[in-house]
Amino acid sequence: MSVLEVKDLHVSVETEQGTKQILKGVDLSIQEGQIHAIMGPNGSGKSTLAYTIAGHPKYHVESGSVTLDGVEVLTMSVDERARAGLFLAMQYPVEIPGVRVADFLRTAKTALDGEAPALRPWIKEVRESMSALRMDKAFAERNVNEGFSGGEKKRHEILQLELLKPRFAILDETDSGLDVDALKIVAEGVNRAKAATGLGVMLITHYTRILRYIKPDFVHVFVDGRIAEEGGPELADRLEDEGYDRFLSDASVA
Amino acid sequence: MTAAITPTEQHGARAHSDGGWDAPSGRAPIQARSERFASVAHDDFPAVTGIESEWKLTPVATVRALIDGPLDGSPYEYAVDGDASLVEWIDRTDARIGSAGIAEERAAANAWSSFEKALAITIPAATEAEPHRELTIRRSDLGDAPRATHTVITAKANSNATVILQSTGSATLSENVEIVLEEGANLTVISVQEWASDALHLASHFATVGRDARLKHIVVSLSGAVVRVNPSVHLVGEGADGDLYGLYFADAGEHFEQRVYLHHVGPNTKGRVNYKGALQGDGARTVWVGDVLIGPDAVGTDSYEQNRNLMLTDGTRADSIPNLEIETGDILGAGHASATGRFDDEQLFYLQARGITETEARRLVVIGFLSEIVQKVGNPALEARLHAAIETELARSAAEPKGEPA
Ligand SMILES: Nc1ncnc2c1ncn2[C@@H]1O[C@H](COP(=O)(O)OP(=O)(O)OP(=O)(O)O)[C@@H](O)[C@H]1O
Ligand SMILES: [Mg+2]
Repeated sequence: MSVLEVKDLHVSVETEQGTKQILKGVDLSIQEGQIHAIMGPNGSGKSTLAYTIAGHPKYHVESGSVTLDGVEVLTMSVDERARAGLFLAMQYPVEIPGVRVADFLRTAKTALDGEAPALRPWIKEVRESMSALRMDKAFAERNVNEGFSGGEKKRHEILQLELLKPRFAILDETDSGLDVDALKIVAEGVNRAKAATGLGVMLITHYTRILRYIKPDFVHVFVDGRIAEEGGPELADRLEDEGYDRFLSDASVA
Repeated sequence: MTAAITPTEQHGARAHSDGGWDAPSGRAPIQARSERFASVAHDDFPAVTGIESEWKLTPVATVRALIDGPLDGSPYEYAVDGDASLVEWIDRTDARIGSAGIAEERAAANAWSSFEKALAITIPAATEAEPHRELTIRRSDLGDAPRATHTVITAKANSNATVILQSTGSATLSENVEIVLEEGANLTVISVQEWASDALHLASHFATVGRDARLKHIVVSLSGAVVRVNPSVHLVGEGADGDLYGLYFADAGEHFEQRVYLHHVGPNTKGRVNYKGALQGDGARTVWVGDVLIGPDAVGTDSYEQNRNLMLTDGTRADSIPNLEIETGDILGAGHASATGRFDDEQLFYLQARGITETEARRLVVIGFLSEIVQKVGNPALEARLHAAIETELARSAAEPKGEPA
């Protein structure tokens, strides 16, 4: 049974005003096949947690650990983490001019598997995933994320999730900016990936709507750099009704 | 678009994407450009000191022999892929000489005074049997002694062709290339500089584009000690099109320079200038100056120019100076952009987060950055060769220590 464990994680960023503490002791454990929803106010540090696990150089780990099956992830390079089985669907995927989606996907697959995928089955798999996500096949010829609409970028992230088959996926607001139909299509993609590989998921979101399609096993309330409360799916409904007011101390209100 | 590159203030580079005249480059209005002195006689130009705006970014001492020295202007060996009967040596007195423009600086005038025969390439009108012609002129053996050459490419009315000028080997060369597009001609000229590492090359390309004619001009500089190619293109006829592209990859110690002049003369002309460069290694140096002038009769002009540079290591310097001057109020649009920067860390992060190693991610980003221009070539064999050449350049950088930690 695979497990991704975050222990007492403290993270800061360098700003023009000096060092700013963002994560202030995060504890979280995700087992293979589990879905953990993370909800919390803007600026509470959710993306920081996601990026830190993925290894973005901007974030400085002050203390704590992130382990995958007991192996420390924080000492690995970004690409090593991906090869160890971590995947981050980004809140704002970047454009990469001149790099075609098809080439990018094959290069990533090759890097993760250590060998190039057999061409025909791979092309078939890419086509099928794209069609399931209702992405026109013309996207394969386009440059990575270049000129994609917000929703198209998110579908492209989930396309990668399906094709690259990680063990743990962090989805940072994948549902934001999706129309109702797209939300369902993307959620089905996540569920397919989970059914196929027993993926563990950390789902960062502001909305309970996506939780109707992707059923969380746990819901965590993220406030001011740490998890303020944990519960089952019913916690999400409570948040929807009540908001975050009762978690916010004066100090954390921006 | 600028998001692809992080603008930086280092090494004299700067981001620039406005149309202001207050930018800190000490630029002169380019209207002066159209009034610039031109002559075919070397002695008509004053001595070059290296502080002239035309020369101040060039290593003048290194190319002094080309500016002032005697040049060997005799015919040289060349090879042609394609119909060799379209290529011939012509005399200095031939009417084609000077039909596209004449020298605007001393090194070009030195070459003009020195050449004995000019190489003429003449593309006849397209026929049903030959709708498109393709010619590659290869020269690989110009030697180390200072030389002058002169080339005239004439695209006859309603012709359709691609002419590739491929240069390799040693050279100390000052040259002039004239390009004439008659009415309705469609011509692609690709000048590829893959010289030996000690080569010195100063080139002026003069082009005049007739009514409804379309010129695609691509300058590719990949190796050589000093390579300076200055295309000066006049969209003269109504509805003329000029697409001026450039691609350069400067390694340690290499100086690649391009001063592009695009002159909208006739009405309803369209111009696109897009140069992209990569720099790596100590002392890698590039200069791009882009002057666009929209003349008083050039109503309905549609013009855009841009230059982008990617600095792969420390110790490189890229100058990028766009200038736009408009002398008629009645245009469709005109703009310019320029940016010089390092790798975008966000792009590298995105690729690495998908398991791709840093080296491979850098390779993808650079190839992607430059491939926008490679894709303009429109000749699959040459595109493949350019991609391979860029890969070779990059492999060199992978072998060298990185300028920056990951
Ligand atoms: N480079 C930086 N400089 C200054 N502050 C930063 C920097 N990076 C992050 N922060 C701050 O860290 C805090 C946490 O940001 P983060 O993006 O993790 O929030 P979030 O919970 O994902 O918010 P949202 O719900 O809006 O996506 C914010 O207050 C943000 O402004
Ligand atoms: Mg966020």
